[in-house]
Amino acid sequence: MIVQELVFYAFSLVLVFAAVAVISARNPVYSVLFLVLAFFSAAAIWMLLEAEFLAIILVVVYVGAVMVLFLFVVMMLDINLVPFKEGFIRYLPVAVLVAAIMAIEILMVLWSKGRFGVEMFPVPASNPEGYSNTRELGELLYTNYLLPFEVAGVVLLVAMIAAVALTLRTRPGIKSQNVNAQVRTRRDESVRLVKMKPEKPRSV
Amino acid sequence: MLTLAHFLTLGAILFSLSVAGIFINRKNIIILLMCIELMLLAVNMNFIAFSRFLGNLDGQIFVFFILTVAAAEAGIGLAILVVLFRNRRTINVAELDDLKG
Repeated sequence: MIVQELVFYAFSLVLVFAAVAVISARNPVYSVLFLVLAFFSAAAIWMLLEAEFLAIILVVVYVGAVMVLFLFVVMMLDINLVPFKEGFIRYLPVAVLVAAIMAIEILMVLWSKGRFGVEMFPVPASNPEGYSNTRELGELLYTNYLLPFEVAGVVLLVAMIAAVALTLRTRPGIKSQNVNAQVRTRRDESVRLVKMKPEKPRSV
Repeated sequence: MLTLAHFLTLGAILFSLSVAGIFINRKNIIILLMCIELMLLAVNMNFIAFSRFLGNLDGQIFVFFILTVAAAEAGIGLAILVVLFRNRRTINVAELDDLKG
């Protein structure tokens, strides 16, 4: 039990530190890298909550795909960083005030008696040996949540097509093949039969 | 002993930090998008904690769908960002005032 608490506090500290670094880093590249750190520690905490499948998904899909996409975009855009930091000090008091009020409100609800304490939500026993989180999730996903699952697939497809359509561009003045025209061409457009008289051999 | 309140507190702190991040970095669209990702992470943390303490896997299914939609959102958001930068040479929110809103 004490080991679990140590793991929880260690990874929570890393997570909160990484979140602070994300919002206060000078360079967006550092922000993305700290966000990766935050996702890794969140995955560890989800492991602690016995959500193994989602923890792995968070690392594989989020860190492996989405964050790398962020990193690509941040590095690809040539951004002048100076103007972004001029409002930093000015907005800092407002940000701290709003965040503190929000956090205090939520924590007051959380820690008041008889809401989310042990007496209302007793700590559940660990899952038995041989229990597979992935299997249970899969069974639920392919029975009760089949329609939302397929809609999620359509959403991803639409997002993919939209991203390609948004960023695809054809620059004028470039000598490239037009595959469309190449495929569509027909014989009589490209072959010309010419009738001509046979040439006489030149007399020697 | 780790109770539900521990995990909910962690989620609340993460959420407040990302709200603060939106206030601080209100010029840089990329960091705004990252703050939204952080918010979604906080929400997912709450979902998974409740799923564990209520003994109900539906919360994890919800997290699954939130991750899907967040991935789609990040993809389209970054694509719009790239097009924006290509046309305006800036991603400063204050300079994006074509609509005069």
